[in-house]
Amino acid sequence: MSWGVVLGAIGFWLAAWALNAWLAQRTPKGAAARRAQRLVVPAIFGLSLLVLWEGITRGANVPTVLLPPPSMIGERFAASTGILWADFKQTFLQAVLIGYALGCGSAFLVAIAIDRSPFLQRGLLPVGNLISALPIIGIAPIMVMWFGFDWPSKAAVVVVMTFFPTLVNTVQGLQAAETMQRDLMHTYAASYWQTLFKLRLPAAAPFIFNALKICSTLALIGAIVAEFFGTPIVGMGFRISTGVGRMDIDLVWAEIAVAAVAGSAFYGVVVLIERAVTFWHPSVRGQRD
Amino acid sequence: MIARALPVATVVATILVLWYLFAVILNAPWERDQAARAGAQITTSQLIANTMAQKRPVLPAPHQVVVEIWNTTALKKITSKRSLVFHGWITLSSTLLGFAIGTVMGVLLAVGIVHNRAMEMSVMPWVVASQTIPILAIAPMIIVVLNAVGLSGLLPKALISAYLSFFPVVVGMVKGLTSPDVLQLDLMRTYGASRRQTLWKLRWPSSVPYLFTSMKVAVAASLVGAIVGELPTGAVAGLGARLLAGSYYGQTIQIWSALFAAAALAATLVALVGLANRIVLRRMGMAR
Repeated sequence: MSWGVVLGAIGFWLAAWALNAWLAQRTPKGAAARRAQRLVVPAIFGLSLLVLWEGITRGANVPTVLLPPPSMIGERFAASTGILWADFKQTFLQAVLIGYALGCGSAFLVAIAIDRSPFLQRGLLPVGNLISALPIIGIAPIMVMWFGFDWPSKAAVVVVMTFFPTLVNTVQGLQAAETMQRDLMHTYAASYWQTLFKLRLPAAAPFIFNALKICSTLALIGAIVAEFFGTPIVGMGFRISTGVGRMDIDLVWAEIAVAAVAGSAFYGVVVLIERAVTFWHPSVRGQRD
Repeated sequence: MIARALPVATVVATILVLWYLFAVILNAPWERDQAARAGAQITTSQLIANTMAQKRPVLPAPHQVVVEIWNTTALKKITSKRSLVFHGWITLSSTLLGFAIGTVMGVLLAVGIVHNRAMEMSVMPWVVASQTIPILAIAPMIIVVLNAVGLSGLLPKALISAYLSFFPVVVGMVKGLTSPDVLQLDLMRTYGASRRQTLWKLRWPSSVPYLFTSMKVAVAASLVGAIVGELPTGAVAGLGARLLAGSYYGQTIQIWSALFAAAALAATLVALVGLANRIVLRRMGMAR
């Protein structure tokens, strides 16, 4: 136990906090400076947390099987990029992306298919809302039995998890166009499909993207947890559960870092597409300037 | 009411019919195989009857699941290890403990974020970013690490639940506490209200609808946390353990009944939060 390192880390954290408090009180002129402030303050906070973590684990000699210091996780990350990439390919590029595309895509098509039937909509919406709140992750063992250990079973879990949020949001979004606008399309003698493509689908886009954003997180969670129920010897969930079993905690943390980066990058990509598609929406227009 | 019940009933009935259909289709190959091995011809009606009464079906028929749930809840002693009530209670207790911890911590952090600009700018982006990462992935590690420290049983699972229910509450409450508009805040200032008074008399009451909305999300998330938290302990007790044990031994009916118990639990918890929401808002005169 070396108190110097611990105290130094705590001191660094306090100093960073004081700096942040000072920075946050500034009201910089100009949009660029304000954006820089919005980036720098959380970055300093995150960095100070890492230093605190490093200092306490090293200074207080926390056993590395409990909580390894970030530098050790970084080393492990750099040393095992091969394993991490294989896991990423298995879990993210196959199970998550394919499941996500199938789940969200089929929900979208079903929503369009039942669009002409208010009866089915009234029936499906409450059921879909209920199912969205259920712990769907529990179907993972069933899917593993049906589709085997490899990625298709994980993709199947992802399909079921992403289906209902997308369905509910798309159905709600398709009702978002106002009566006045629909009447206008009617006076143009627009057909059902013209109204759908030119008015109602664009109007539904914010709702659909909301669902796509929720589902991007759900998909990754579904794929990782489904791997706890059985996998071939590759995959992020597999690496986490076996790494924990073998007290290989630094590898587990490296895998979690990959999952975190993949999750936020996935979300970020969906947000970028959303901005490009719903450029007309007030929430996007406001962020431009 | 009837106008809403009929479509829902139709959809549910359709799902049940499809389920029976798939049960027959998916379970039939095994029956045919058995018949072929015995060297016997099997009639179609016999085949359909058999597919709904298998011991380890690929997809159990709905009535098999219902019978299993009835057998493991009403007909077993609550203390029995084979009782779903016993396992459900274990999951429920860690869900509720975690939900309570997560909600209280979330509200406290939200109050801090609203009152301290430095905290808002430093912490809030991380809270929002953490919503996009699969937090559940660290569940097994938390369980095993806390076990190594000597903490086992209810608390580690509750911590995972707390962790999952924490973030929706923070995000919702920050939105709720900042929801009073400038006019109302100005009015409080003209009254000479202190920050504490503004918090209790304006911000807190106007955040209540937001609190309940995020609590609905949080309670569902904390149940998922509790179930996943039960996986790495090696299937000792709880609904998650029932799922895992079922998948080890190919007991599909057991998996489905645990799944339905979990679904019923989630629906009940969300409905209870919704009910509390309506009662509280009515007492506060905010019901619409």
